Amino acid sequence: MRRIIAVLIENESGALSRVLGLFAQRGYNIETLTVAPTDDATLSRITLTTLGDTQRIEQITKQLNKLIEVVKVVDLCEDDHIEREIMLIKVRAEGSERAELKRTADVFRGQIVDVTPRTYTVQLTGPTAKLDAFVRAMEVGTIVEVVRSGVSGIGRGDKALTI
Amino acid sequence: MELLSGGDMLIRALQDEGVEYIFGYPGGSALHIYDAIFRQQKVDHILVRHEQAATHMADGYARATGKPGVVLVTSGPGATNAITGIATAHMDSVPMVVISGQVPSDLIGTDAFQETDMIGISRPVVKHSFLVTSLEDIPEIIKKAFFIATSGRPGPVVIDVPKDVTDPATTAPYNYPATVDMRSYRPSQRGHTGQIKKAARALLNAKRPVIYSGGGVVLGDGSEPLRSLARRLGFPVTNTLMGLGAFPGNDPQFLGMLGMHGTYQANMAMHHADLILAIGARFDDRVTNNPSKFCPDATVVHVDVDPASIAKIVTADIPIVGPVLPVLKELDAQVEALLADNPGAQDSEALADWSRRIDGWREEHGLNHHLASEGAEPIMPQRVIQSLYRVTGGNAYVTSDVGQHQMFAAQYYHFPEPRRWINSGGLGTMGFGLPSAMGVQMAFPDATVACVTGEGSFMMNAQEMSTCLQYGLPIKIVCLNNQALGMVKQWQDMQYGGRHSQSTYSDSLPDFKTLAEAYGHVGIRVDSADDLDAAMEETFSPANASKLVLLDVGVDPREHVYPMAIKGGSMRDMVLSRSEAT
Ligand SMILES: Cc1ncc(C[n+]2csc(CCOP(=O)(O)OP(=O)(O)O)c2C)c(N)n1
Ligand SMILES: [Mg+2]
Repeated sequence: MRRIIAVLIENESGALSRVLGLFAQRGYNIETLTVAPTDDATLSRITLTTLGDTQRIEQITKQLNKLIEVVKVVDLCEDDHIEREIMLIKVRAEGSERAELKRTADVFRGQIVDVTPRTYTVQLTGPTAKLDAFVRAMEVGTIVEVVRSGVSGIGRGDKALTI
Repeated sequence: MELLSGGDMLIRALQDEGVEYIFGYPGGSALHIYDAIFRQQKVDHILVRHEQAATHMADGYARATGKPGVVLVTSGPGATNAITGIATAHMDSVPMVVISGQVPSDLIGTDAFQETDMIGISRPVVKHSFLVTSLEDIPEIIKKAFFIATSGRPGPVVIDVPKDVTDPATTAPYNYPATVDMRSYRPSQRGHTGQIKKAARALLNAKRPVIYSGGGVVLGDGSEPLRSLARRLGFPVTNTLMGLGAFPGNDPQFLGMLGMHGTYQANMAMHHADLILAIGARFDDRVTNNPSKFCPDATVVHVDVDPASIAKIVTADIPIVGPVLPVLKELDAQVEALLADNPGAQDSEALADWSRRIDGWREEHGLNHHLASEGAEPIMPQRVIQSLYRVTGGNAYVTSDVGQHQMFAAQYYHFPEPRRWINSGGLGTMGFGLPSAMGVQMAFPDATVACVTGEGSFMMNAQEMSTCLQYGLPIKIVCLNNQALGMVKQWQDMQYGGRHSQSTYSDSLPDFKTLAEAYGHVGIRVDSADDLDAAMEETFSPANASKLVLLDVGVDPREHVYPMAIKGGSMRDMVLSRSEAT
């Protein structure tokens, strides 16, 4: 089961290494990880995606909560939520490939953000599955470089993850 | 407001925290702090001979008193030497504050002389850690460190202090905070009343109950309500290796220790139980054996202050998160109220039946059952513990090292009170016994403190006999000398066809009697069972009351610890002696 876990953590040096250390030490895997300060400069928000059955996810959230600097932990998948990831993908685009790639990017609501005579760089946002689908839609051997931000997520509705 | 340097602030904050002793060892990065120690009288510093011993001393002090142990070491090798003791305390949830010197801030990250990333290297084995970046932060960091170390599930906290921060030339206002509040750390103060009610009803419905109590009941001072609850219900009680003493070792309701080397009756009762009340215990693999075969018929009620301990290994049917003391008190009160409403609430017939079954197990294969068939020579290691128990009247603080001798001590010394049995249960650290005994003796100068050790473990921190002389610590060291890494050898006998790979020392052991004498103490050697009791009495005689005595007992090197859980089995699967298994 894939889960998106959101963590509010004190914005202090060393706090992130404790989160990463916890995952390494206990053999939990991290699929994606994003970290940035929030509107409150004393707090950072970590979003990470991980795989595991219910028992493992429960352990992960409990162990995260045990870290002294962690203020709150939420498994976003327990409720309706919005998940977004951003991808920049540089693809070979020569001759007839250029029009074809432009059409595919349009289908995925991607934007071409950089152009050279031999490549297009496409920017895409959406849930992980959509970005995966775009990557799969590229012809074999045409991808030059891919960079993805990792998943960010937020719960739907009025509820908020704040202190 | 008073202006103090960082070094003075550290020591003043320790004073304000009520610290009696610092266990430590000096070095370059810590010298400003050591100078601050020199210039005051309130906190005593105990100089060990190896930093590992300082951490174990602080640990023994903490386990015996319930107060946090304090350690001070220098950077680099001082810090790394402390790691084993920090990890030992972490595994057993012992409150400890470790202050480590660090190279000056501007040298951090440059591979400076005696630089090591203490925050990084200790991270997996601490409850929390702080790097001090400015001297103004010292009072608050110390306050937080003690709060974190002692609250919730206790544990070690490291404070890494770069040398420039303690420079006597720089001062700042000192004000020690009276309280501390951390929005990210608010440990649970009590259990959920609804859950406790549910648990109380389940307890009254049980036909084959067992109370399984762990180190948390000792650390959380839950022994009294545990006793009250167990007696009210008439339930049998087993303690883990870490929990011994929480329930009196001689009580008829006591089953003995459970687990890998637990008693036959404790493990059988666990396996056949229909209700298990687990308190301050974490279903360690040394207890449960194969978790998938663990207690197939039991409803599990699990009380623990650490939510992450609940449902980690075994699913709890009724989980209760909270400190054991208030939870047990409330649970006991609930049971009392239910029984007052309906005195016949318990199935007394089923409980009497259960009690008879347990007595049957006890008679069949209780602890002494295989000893009875052994002769008097050579000395059986179990007899040494029985002799120790008799001679000390069961009233000693007993620390131990790790190995067979540890298990014999746990099995045959029946602890009447909590905090009397001090051993490294979680990490299994050889070398723990002597320094932890020193910490206990520092805390209770007039108490009888015995260290049950093996010759292998003892040699891991034997140098601390010198510290004992310096501070006049009259510890009684009882060495079960089987001339081997006995526990390793036992596994090799049972699982590796008797191939004793690197578990014996080919006649290279020192003469421990003269070794003790060389350190200025008393040494006694005994080889014959006939002389054992006299030697034990001499060890604890009034004439030796103020002296450290090392009693070196030559014991049967072939002896194994029984029972022993059969790997991969359930709790009822045990080897019972050289020739019997369940
Ligand atoms: C520091 C450390 N190293 C290795 C071990 C593995 N180990 C567990 S018991 C044991 C043998 C201990 O020998 P001794 O102290 O003589 O005790 P005995 O089992 O003979 O009673 C060893 C090597 C350990 N627990 N701790
Ligand atoms: Mg030995």
